[in-house]
Amino acid sequence: MNVTMRTRLLAAAAIAGSMGLASRVYTQQQPLPASEISSFHVQGSVYLLVGDGGNIAVQLGDEGVLVVDTGLAPNADKLIAAIRKLSDKPIRWILNTHFHPDHTGGNEALSKAGSKTNGGPAEVLAHESVLTRMSGPTGRQSSAAAAAWPTDTYSTEEKDIYFNGEAVMLYHEPNAHTDGDSIIFFRKSDVVAAGDTFVTTSYPFIDQANGGSIQGELNALNRILDITVPAHEQEGGTFVIPGHGRICDEADVLEYRDMVTIVRDRVADMVKRKLTLDQVKAAKPTLDYDLHYGSTTGFVTTAGFIEAVYKDLSNPQGKPRVR
Amino acid sequence: MASPAFAQVNLVGEWSPRYHEDQPDRIPGPELGDYTGLPITDGARLAADSWDASRLTLREHQCKVHNGPYILHGPIQFRLWEEKDLRTQQVVALQMYLNTYEQERTIWMDGRPHPPEWAPHTWQGFSTGKWDGDILTVTTTHIKQEWIRRNGVPNSEKSSMIEHFSRHGNIMSHLEIWTDPVYLAEPLIRSEDFVLNERTGGNWLWPCEYVDEIPDRPHSAVPNYLPGQSPFAGDFAYRYGIPVDAAKGGPETTYPEYQAKLRTLPKPAKPAGPAAGK
Repeated sequence: MNVTMRTRLLAAAAIAGSMGLASRVYTQQQPLPASEISSFHVQGSVYLLVGDGGNIAVQLGDEGVLVVDTGLAPNADKLIAAIRKLSDKPIRWILNTHFHPDHTGGNEALSKAGSKTNGGPAEVLAHESVLTRMSGPTGRQSSAAAAAWPTDTYSTEEKDIYFNGEAVMLYHEPNAHTDGDSIIFFRKSDVVAAGDTFVTTSYPFIDQANGGSIQGELNALNRILDITVPAHEQEGGTFVIPGHGRICDEADVLEYRDMVTIVRDRVADMVKRKLTLDQVKAAKPTLDYDLHYGSTTGFVTTAGFIEAVYKDLSNPQGKPRVR
Repeated sequence: MASPAFAQVNLVGEWSPRYHEDQPDRIPGPELGDYTGLPITDGARLAADSWDASRLTLREHQCKVHNGPYILHGPIQFRLWEEKDLRTQQVVALQMYLNTYEQERTIWMDGRPHPPEWAPHTWQGFSTGKWDGDILTVTTTHIKQEWIRRNGVPNSEKSSMIEHFSRHGNIMSHLEIWTDPVYLAEPLIRSEDFVLNERTGGNWLWPCEYVDEIPDRPHSAVPNYLPGQSPFAGDFAYRYGIPVDAAKGGPETTYPEYQAKLRTLPKPAKPAGPAAGK
């Protein structure tokens, strides 16, 4: 089983767990032992750490270590060990691209393994909606332990910090994959950590139950295209770390953006012609992409993607506008 | 480390193609809807039928170049040279400069492994080579998505390619076997011949800078034809009297046995598109 397949299975189980579906998913799949975590130098000060769960980006420098997303909780010790192989500096910052547990599962362990300059666990920074989702609405059980919650949030369109000699920009993408997505841009290293607004392993997961929408997803992909600048021959330049999958550049994000837009256009036409959801599915509006991104099992299925797009376009009220 | 290679065929030099194979496809370019001879999947056909050439006017598409599997079958000259370890004189890599769009390609000959699956992809991909007698066999992975044919038939980033280079006097033969689990139902196999240039080849320099070609268009728009709504549907088949099913391509159409079936298929009807009857 390759990393991509393992990642998809475990990420599906983790996300399902956060939504009360874990038992069903786990009964479908054999439990998998935590995998090794591999590192790959992306560019400048930024490395990619790959294991089960979502991709993890780390930025290294004299001031310490900044970590974007923390993978699955059972892998936290291995993640810390992988970071220690790259740097003996303290973990100072943890940035979450969104709240799903395959991206925040190691928050508590990494935060405690690190420290602020004035002591205490390392700061966990995310959009305000991430805290809301992880802490849970009043009267309900939280989806994550309090020690894993963000300790520092922002509610504006952008947030920036300066660390290890470079500006680190956080762009909030409202109602994209979820309602709390941040696209993170390492300005000097010229690397984007996209979270699950961009993946290479499946169709986008529009988590409508947690504020996701197809137009917000497209807005996020177009934002990444706006940030990235390709080098000669439309290759390299700014690199993009997706939430799941391989390292990309603008040309790769472009093909994915085109795919999502074309599927959106097709479903919009069918909604306009008043086709039912079953009729839309039967028309196979994703046929040209199914052998790449499609799946009939797991968490992000082709049918689920089509259904999310259909529902959004059938009831566009309150959804993000084209930007 | 590979063992020293003595008396192997020398591929170094400037090479120019001969277009006696597939010339209409390689130089002027294919017509819209011409998928003949391609073992494509149904998904590839839908992608190509949906492709609007105006997509190339989008800013991010303008400076894209051709990928490795496509370009050696396209308009090209190339220079090939060896990178040798100074101490051992072993060939570490073969380097290629492809004059179309100033591309460079490296074929590693030192036995190094291919990158992990999460490594970036490039237009030329990551190539490793080895000699099988006088034939250089090259395996390429990590190829970017572009196209199989210059009319919107895509390849995917899951593509891989095996090539065989052989030399006969001043002629180099190149055979490529292109595999793509997304858009090719069977491997696409094609060949080209190149002739050794006695003079330095020309260079097509490519200082590309994108611009807004269509100012009124929303930045987020992606030109495409909805399924069944391409105004060019059926034009190619009608113009050349090729049965529609044959023009659609697919693995069955690539075998000699298909010629018998071809004679039983109906002639194409006149389409309603703008090029009908021309």
